[in-house]
Amino acid sequence: MQAFNLVIGRDPALMQIIRLSLQVSGLAVCLAALAGIPLGTWLGLRPARQVRWPALFIYTFMGLPPVLVGLLVYLLLSSQGLLGVLNLLFSPTAMVIAQTVLALPIVTGLTMVAVRGKDREIRDTAVSLGAGGWQVALTVVRETRVAIVGAVVAGAGRALAEVGAVMMVGGNIEGKTRVMTTAIVLETRRGNFEMAIGLGLVLLALAFVINALLYRLQGVNAD
Amino acid sequence: MFALEGLAKTYGAREVLRVEELSFPAGLIHGLMGPSGAGKSTLLRLLNLLETPTAGRILYRGLDVGRYGSRLELRRRMAMVFQKPVLFDGTVFDNVAYGLKVRGLRNPVVREKVTDTLRAVGLEYLEKAQARTLSGGEAQRVALARALVIEPDVLLLDEPTSNLDPHNVALLEDLIRGTNGGRGSTVILVTHNVFQAERLTDRVVFMCDGRVVEEGPTAEVFTSPREERTRAFIRGDMVY
Repeated sequence: MQAFNLVIGRDPALMQIIRLSLQVSGLAVCLAALAGIPLGTWLGLRPARQVRWPALFIYTFMGLPPVLVGLLVYLLLSSQGLLGVLNLLFSPTAMVIAQTVLALPIVTGLTMVAVRGKDREIRDTAVSLGAGGWQVALTVVRETRVAIVGAVVAGAGRALAEVGAVMMVGGNIEGKTRVMTTAIVLETRRGNFEMAIGLGLVLLALAFVINALLYRLQGVNAD
Repeated sequence: MFALEGLAKTYGAREVLRVEELSFPAGLIHGLMGPSGAGKSTLLRLLNLLETPTAGRILYRGLDVGRYGSRLELRRRMAMVFQKPVLFDGTVFDNVAYGLKVRGLRNPVVREKVTDTLRAVGLEYLEKAQARTLSGGEAQRVALARALVIEPDVLLLDEPTSNLDPHNVALLEDLIRGTNGGRGSTVILVTHNVFQAERLTDRVVFMCDGRVVEEGPTAEVFTSPREERTRAFIRGDMVY
């Protein structure tokens, strides 16, 4: 109840955590969708034998352990890393990068599977009616949008629920990089289980609202 | 319209089509008939440039299709209707308008052409209906309207009436005749229905096992077939 009381009471610290969680995961999912939907569509429209290796890598990356992603992004952004000069470590930007890396293979892989599953008959119809390359791709995306939104939902779930990578690259700094999942870990470590469970329920409620919005995007003909 | 020379198509080690020489004169309704697995649909897909031949060449109006500057420009002279129509999400109007919109036609022109075509196929009352709520017969007529609105030089039809009731078969056959007679479009119709081939086409090609067995004017092939397999197919003896 404590967490809900804080939500109802609009506790500034909790509101900041929720806001940051939504900003980081929302931006990561948007980036993953912007890159993953076109990439997955392109791969899905190619003959399977031509994209065997990229597909295999994407499937492997769909199961990437978050801590491994956290470690790689950490090394990349640390002062000795390739992007160390940007000074992004322990910032929300670093968390966005980590979550994008986690969500991107899921959005790409599931989009590819969706497009490939419906590709032939839709593609043939569009092509036979005179559609060019981009028009065919847009038609296929439009016709498979239910499954593609499903891919984005899966990517959003991965980003929102992730804790290992954001903990490593964000550092769980109060007021700066603390998000719902890292706050839950912290409260659990403190033995403040009631607060941790409450935060978990708030996270669940947020995930429900986000998925409900994405589900609506699938359109009324989703059935 | 089309001439084929040494055309072959293989999938892996399996050769599904080999046509040494065949032509489809312009302005006629051509029937491609034969049992299942004869290579009829493969041939149609090759003509529509949906597949690339493994060997040989296809000439369109005397020019090798591979030598056309733009495959898209060439393909836009044709339209194809499939056995199982795939209607896009949206209204009947949206579906019929598709081919016009991808060609970049302006909205008032699109509206006029779609309205005229829907009236011609007797579906103007369904203009605003969701395409995926239509019956099989209505869906196939929408698919045909979607092809006709483009006013193609060549209309390729892959067993468009195989899943329809007699009333809808008659409707579609009238539309096909009208397209051929009105615009002078060349029609190439795949069918394994010998009665349909006889009543609808000007010339027929009888195919079996990926080969052309016999071809010629429909009346001639039906009254005095040269090959025993053609005779058996026309009699209905051939198992398929």
